This record gives sequence, structure tokens and C-alpha cells, in this order.
Amino acid sequence: MAEMNMAKAINKALYEAMERDSRVVVLGEDVGQDEGVFRVTEGLWAKFGDKRVMDTPLAEAGIVGTSIGMAIYGLRPVCEIQFAGFDYFAYHQLESHAARFRNRTRGRLSVPMVMRAPSGGGIRALEHHSESREGTYAHTPGLKVVIPSGPRNARALLHAAIQDPDPVIYYEPKALYRLFKEEVPDEIEVMPLGQAKVVQEGKGITLISYGACMRATLEAAEMLEEEDGVKPEIIDLLSIVPLDMDTVCKSVQKTGRAVVISEEPRYCSVASEVSSQLNDTVFLYLEAPVRRVTGFDTPIPFFSKEKYYIPDAERVLMACRETLSF
Amino acid sequence: MPRTILEVKQKIEYLSILNDKAEVDKALEPKLTNEQLKHMYTYMLMARRADERFLNLQRQGRIGTFPQTTGHEAISMGASMALKKSDWHVPAYRELAGMLHRGWTLVDQLLLWAGYEQGQSPPNGVNDLPICVPIASQLLHAAGIGMAMNIKGDKHAVVTYLGDGATSEGDCHEAFNFAAVFKAPVVFVCNNNQWAISVPLSRQMGCETVAQKAIAYGMPGIRVDGNDVLAVYAAVHEAVERARAGGGPTLVECLTFRIVAHTTADDPKKYQKEETRKEWAAKEPLIRFAKYLRDKGILNDEVQKQIDAEIETTIRDAIAKMDEKIKTDELANPLYTFDYLYAEIPPFLQKQRDELAHYLGKDKESSSKQPNHAHAGSH
Repeated sequence: MAEMNMAKAINKALYEAMERDSRVVVLGEDVGQDEGVFRVTEGLWAKFGDKRVMDTPLAEAGIVGTSIGMAIYGLRPVCEIQFAGFDYFAYHQLESHAARFRNRTRGRLSVPMVMRAPSGGGIRALEHHSESREGTYAHTPGLKVVIPSGPRNARALLHAAIQDPDPVIYYEPKALYRLFKEEVPDEIEVMPLGQAKVVQEGKGITLISYGACMRATLEAAEMLEEEDGVKPEIIDLLSIVPLDMDTVCKSVQKTGRAVVISEEPRYCSVASEVSSQLNDTVFLYLEAPVRRVTGFDTPIPFFSKEKYYIPDAERVLMACRETLSF
Repeated sequence: MPRTILEVKQKIEYLSILNDKAEVDKALEPKLTNEQLKHMYTYMLMARRADERFLNLQRQGRIGTFPQTTGHEAISMGASMALKKSDWHVPAYRELAGMLHRGWTLVDQLLLWAGYEQGQSPPNGVNDLPICVPIASQLLHAAGIGMAMNIKGDKHAVVTYLGDGATSEGDCHEAFNFAAVFKAPVVFVCNNNQWAISVPLSRQMGCETVAQKAIAYGMPGIRVDGNDVLAVYAAVHEAVERARAGGGPTLVECLTFRIVAHTTADDPKKYQKEETRKEWAAKEPLIRFAKYLRDKGILNDEVQKQIDAEIETTIRDAIAKMDEKIKTDELANPLYTFDYLYAEIPPFLQKQRDELAHYLGKDKESSSKQPNHAHAGSH
């Protein structure tokens, strides 16, 4: 066991994956000698060299498009897009090709690749450096979407993503990179995709979140227990696609109330999907409407106002109280 | 401080070996056996005849919209002939002759145009990607395949195709650039037929040739007569050899003219001059190639008759096979829509599959799943 932050844990997973599987290659902007703008690829270039750790030209479609070719040829590319706010430049490659090759060739060709990108706000960055658009990828048939919430699950989920036979979008909530440390076991852990985690058992209300918003959710839960005497059940989704609605529905059947917390714009969001599926499945168990606490349907504001956009503990708490007193 | 001239070393060559009068430049004539030449002619003609027959089928409503390839046969035939089986072939969508040579069948093509994914599934042992609809996006896959060959130390090459319209796309620039930077063994074969549906070449680029763009990427570029299968073969062969030897990518521009509609849904009378089309139609690749083969004694009336009969049988059989295949459960069953998206069907998709099965009254079949094919390729 060693204590480390999330950036280090992701780095550890990359290192381990490259060490155990020579098909794994890393490519992206500044991932080589510079070791990534967030230092997530630290030590990889020095250890594995130019052939397997490639600084690429500055071109997102190029990075993703060539990764698709490499994956079809038999490699396991893990490409980095420097910020999620730039991955739209590669979206057509993901939507038109990474997500479709298996389907269009009836299983003959496949694209086992991972696209990593730091997502979300909260680091006082300039425009285009704070987006959370996991909903866009979740809406794209053929992709898997994974968002860790801390060092230990980040490492275990990245291993699963790299080993997965299909393309995986792996969003790294950049606000968490160095926010806290956690014990990470020495031996490799692989956490299956598509499994949510009940991080706290409770009753009366279920809080469902993922990624960086888990911090506000946990904080709000503490306040709710302390100030209102309600210990909520808390679920960390971890995988956005496939989404583990069984775990979510089981909990909400028990508690009767649900608040979904995420940082993305609300319209057609992951939070909306969870809410909609709860209504489809456990409608008769609900004591109150499912509440969504999310970003707003505006671009995330420049950083002087981002704290009003990203759900914080107070906003989650308010929604919990309104849901409990409905 | 003064203004000086920076000499850019590269020059663009133009190559023609067999001209439109079927005169051949003996010094440049590539070393192809009589058997190979006959094979090339047969496959080019097969693509031509198939194109004509597909058009009838489309008019009858038996297949859907498709892009015609008549007049483009020399490009993919010449280029694919320069490849070995272990090399990779990444088409755009007017490469029927080359795809047939690589091992795809007319049944595959018919199934694709008839609306079945199975037509996009590469045949066993064929290192090809299927045709690509979003313009220029496949070029990055070819670059990536080439980069992967370098990473693995495989001495193979990739041939990929683009149209003149594709040169305007960002993906084209990124693919040229990635391939050049990583010295990927890729030959970019540009089918410059001077039209992107109704938009002429002059609206795609402000420069004189596609080939000269290569200079800016630091790779060799050459323009060849795109109706001259020998010139295409010679240029691509040279580029493939260089690529295999670590010399990186090449851009081969094949100049031709789209003498047919863009697709069956297009009417070129609206934007093309009839005269120009006729001029180019006279230069199409098969007339001169047939004459060349006759001059060489490879082709005569009798051989032509045999080839025609062979092609007719192949096309007839392919159409019959398509009609037969689309009736099979594998192609007809809508539940298989769900089965190839992921390696394993995730629960949420299984639920949607069950939903469709229920709607179709096929609940019992809802859990059956088509086994995935083994992966193609050299890995």
C-alpha cells in the first residue's frame, strides 16, 4: 500500500499497463519529454521510449484518428487529449469510426482504445479548459464512458478501460488530480466497467453522483446527517456507459427519494438519464420527484463565476432538504 | 535582414506511360507479367460491368444509392497491384476494381448497397478497411496503421485513397502531417476526378496540383495520368517500395475526370459541360489498356469473349447470392442490430433488444446472439 494522489494513481496504471502489455502505447500532445501538462505521463517516455510514448502534432482528430488505425492493427493505444474542452475536434472520429467499426464490420474489426482527457472545472482555468461533456459521449452509441472519483478507483478503472475490447472515454476530473491522497494497493486492481459503488449506506434519500461532484455530495451528506439527522445513501456511478441502474434503482426503491448531482449542462445530461430511468423503473416507490443538481444550460462561465455553476455542498443540501420535505 | 530566396528542394513530376492513343513509353513500361496484365484488365472490366449492372438494380429498387466507379478503374487497380497481401488497403468509395483484386466480392458490394452491414465486413485474411463514407476521415486510420507498423517493426505498407474534395478536409491535412512526421509507410492515392459532387476543383484549392501539397509536408509527391493504369502502378509501386524501406509516405495524385454521376442520386447535367465529359470519356482507362494488351498479343477477340463470359457469370452469381443471402436469418433478423456494437452486449442494450423482440413477437429469440467473427489482420 502506498498513499498517492489521483494524478499519480493514473500514472501508475499507465506504467503498469505498458509494462505488462507491449501493445499498449501512449500518444498525445506533450505526453513525452514534458510528461503531460498535468504530469500524468511522468516517467513513461524515459522508461518506454519514443516508439511507445509519442509526442504528436497538435491535432486532436489526428491523435484519435491514428489511434483508431493503431487499434485496428492490433495495438492498444491510450491517447491523451490535453483538455476535454478540445476533444470536440476529434468527436467525428469517435462517433463515425471508433464507436462503429465493430458494428459496421459485424465484429470483424474492433477499436480497443482509450481516450483520456482531463475534464470539469474548479481549477481557475481559462475558457475551454473546464468542460464536462460526458453526456455527449454517453449519447454516442458504441462508446463506453468512465469517470473516476479518487486515486484508487482511478487506477483500477483505467486498467479495466485499457483491457476493454471496445473504445472507452476516460474522463479525469482535473479538480481531483491533487486534491487528496488515498491508499492504493501494490498489486494491480481492475474494477469492472459498468458497476456503480454504494459508498455509504443510509436511508430516506439516495444521492447519486460521480467524478469531482462526489466531493460536494459527500460534504452535503455529512451536513445533512449532522444538521438534519438524515444519513443518506450515496452512490458513485463510476461508469456512465454502461450505467449500473440496478444498483441505483435498488437503493431508491429502499429510500424513495433521489437527488442526482453532476457538473454538466442539464439538458440531455447523465443526470437527466438517471432521473428518467428512475421514473421508468421505480416510479411507484418514489415519494418525491427525482431532483437534478447540475451545471446550467450555459457554457461554464469564466472562472470568476464558475463556483456558482459547479454544484457545491450547499446547493446539494438545499436540494436534499426540498426533496425530503416534498 | 534582406529578403532572400529560400530554395524548396522538391519538384513535382508528372508520369504518363500509356497515353490515350495507347502509345506506350517502352523505357517506363513496368515489369508486369502477361498474366498480371490480363488479371488487371479482367478486374477493371469486372468493376465496369458491375457498375453498369448495379445501376440497373438501383433503378429497379433492388439496391439503394451507390457511387459509380466507371472511369476510375485504373486508379485502384494500379495502386492495389503494387501491394502484397500482408500490406493494408484503406479505400474511400470509388475503388471497386482494387477491392475486388484485394479479395472482396461483388456479393459484399451488393449487400452493402442493398443496406446490409455484412457488406462492410472484410473477407477472411484480407487486410483491408471497408469503404469509408465521411470524406477524408479514413486517411487518419491509414496513417495510424502505418504508425503501428513502424512501432511493431513490420515492413509492410498501406495504400489509402482520397478524392480531390477530400483535400479540403482537416483530416486530410492531419493525416498527411502525422504520416510525414512519423515516417509512416503510407501511400496517399488521390483520385483527382475534378469534381466533388457539383463543386469543381477550382473551389477545392487555389493551387495548380494536388501533388504539390506534398512538398509542404516533407514527402514526395507525383502527379500521374489517372486513366493510365501502368503509370498509377509504377508510381505507387515506387512509393510502396520506398515506404517499406523506411522512407515514409508519398502522395500520388491521379488525374482523371468523373465521367459518371457522383452517385445514383446525382444529375451532373446540372453543373458539368457535356462536351468536357465527352472529351474525357474518350480518354477513359479501359479503351487504351485493351488496345495495349491487343498490341502485346495478350488480348484478342477470343480471349475477350472468355473474359466477358467469366464476368457475366460472376455478376449473375453475385446477384443471385445477394438475393439468397438477404433472406437468411443472419441478414434479415433485426434483432442482430444490437449484437455487434460491443464485444459483449451490455444489459441496457439487451433490454432494448428485448423491447424490439417483444414488439416483433420474437420474445423467445431475444437472448440469442450472433457469435463475433475472429478479428482480421496480421495481429
